[in-house]
Amino acid sequence: MIWFKPSILSPSYADARLGWGLAAAAGLAAAILLLIVLLLLRESWPVLQRVGGVRFFADQGWYPAEEMYGLAPMLWATLAASFGAVLLAGPLGVASALFCRHYAPFSVARLYRRMVTLLAGIPSVVFGFWGLTVLVPLLAQFQPPGASLLTGILILALMILPTVALTADAALAAVPDAYLRGAAALGLSRGATIAGVVLPAARGGIISGVLLATARALGETMAVLMVAGNVVQTPTSLFDPVRTLTANIALEMAYASGDHRAALFVSGLMLMGLVIILAAAAWRLSGGRLHG
Amino acid sequence: MKKHIVHHLLRISAAALMLTVTPLSQASDQKLVLTGSSTIAPLAVELGKRFEKLNPGVRVDVQSGGSSRGVNDVRSGLADIGMVSRALKDDEKDLKSFTIALDGVGIILHSGNPVKTLTDQQIIDIYTGKISNWREVGGKDGRITVVNKAGGRSTLELFLHYFKLKDSEIKAHVVIGDNQQGIKMVAGNPGAVGYVSIGAAEFEAGNGTPIRLLSMAGVAASVESVRNGSFPLARPLNLITKTEPVGLAKKFIEFSRSKEVNDLVQAQYFVPFVR
Repeated sequence: MIWFKPSILSPSYADARLGWGLAAAAGLAAAILLLIVLLLLRESWPVLQRVGGVRFFADQGWYPAEEMYGLAPMLWATLAASFGAVLLAGPLGVASALFCRHYAPFSVARLYRRMVTLLAGIPSVVFGFWGLTVLVPLLAQFQPPGASLLTGILILALMILPTVALTADAALAAVPDAYLRGAAALGLSRGATIAGVVLPAARGGIISGVLLATARALGETMAVLMVAGNVVQTPTSLFDPVRTLTANIALEMAYASGDHRAALFVSGLMLMGLVIILAAAAWRLSGGRLHG
Repeated sequence: MKKHIVHHLLRISAAALMLTVTPLSQASDQKLVLTGSSTIAPLAVELGKRFEKLNPGVRVDVQSGGSSRGVNDVRSGLADIGMVSRALKDDEKDLKSFTIALDGVGIILHSGNPVKTLTDQQIIDIYTGKISNWREVGGKDGRITVVNKAGGRSTLELFLHYFKLKDSEIKAHVVIGDNQQGIKMVAGNPGAVGYVSIGAAEFEAGNGTPIRLLSMAGVAASVESVRNGSFPLARPLNLITKTEPVGLAKKFIEFSRSKEVNDLVQAQYFVPFVR
């Protein structure tokens, strides 16, 4: 009979207040996203209305002073740099997490985990500075100008490696012990256990970690700005200098006005769209069990 | 760059606050707000300090953010005086401008590059991609790395204007933001060519950074040649106001153009305005 009187289950007003407080916090977090999209739309509206959305993909180049607003080259550059970095850092990060969880002696694993955590805390601009003063001149000796898609990918890969490694490590740790004992009882080798039991079980967590890393790579600005050369062009080789959408905003926002400024907000809108598409794709990839 | 954006946000929030608290508040008589060119800002800060010392009770507030911001802020009334490091454009002629100093833009090479001078045509050909090897202009065999500035900067506008180029004609290999990034890029790449403020380049070269300023049309690129007006690639540094300046703004502009601040102008590697 007790469930006919729900008030007995939560007799205090404090509980109800907590509920409302939490709801307000959750609503605020969701509203921020909405507000950002609204702001981007409002600021970019004048230029979208005047020159139309198609021109941002169809124009031959990005010369705001000459009313040419082609963002497509920067879109490709952003995608190439991010996915290049994920291709490098993804397997490396997962492999290092597997080593740490299933092969390394306990003391080594603990030391390694501390170092990766530290690596994750290094500000991106430090990576960028190192890239500008060491990596770019080094590459310039073989393939001038040195500042290129490749240096961008390498710096981004360095930056997101700890994200992938740490989230993969956590996903592997979450695999139930019973699975491992079951595999051992069946006489599976360590390699077969990892391939047949551990990885499928940790798939959702690993994918969401890689997604997080991809989003970080897409949004990284200063480090890429310092090493990628910032020339607006569709990359045809790894040694081409490129400009990403984020670098475009950071380079020109302080110096832009009127339509130029509005066009930069369109860059922001496009980045937002990219992240949303990415999130949707990851959701589908993991079969809707992203956090399961 | 991030700093500029932060400044921008701060300015917006400050403006919003002012709107809510005192709708009619204008920059008060005892406070002078200057915004604009990041080239002029360090000089304006020094000018402001001395001005404050000479006029007790006065506060001079300087914020950088580019010449375009200086024009916008003066138009909208957010700033009393704008800092613009170029001559006013045709659609800005309604504003009043006062030159306080001159700045030259110099072509820089790595100090290991044997090329001593380039003609205007050679520079145009290099920047448009017609010349791509240093051998073609009398240097060692090696690819030329063309360093250009990002859109909206007054150095870029001055460069394009002088060589009668359009931004879309330039085939750049690296695009940079501020002078320091350009100097680092050229210092780290023996095949690079770029252009930056002469003051900044002369200072860095004097401090051992491996870059060299190129003479143009037979005139050495130096603070000296900009001063005597012989260096062709130079720009005026202007203070601008919306209407004919009065009161404190007028006093500050006259102070900035007077002989008693020549030492401050020179300390920033600029060339004092001579009447």
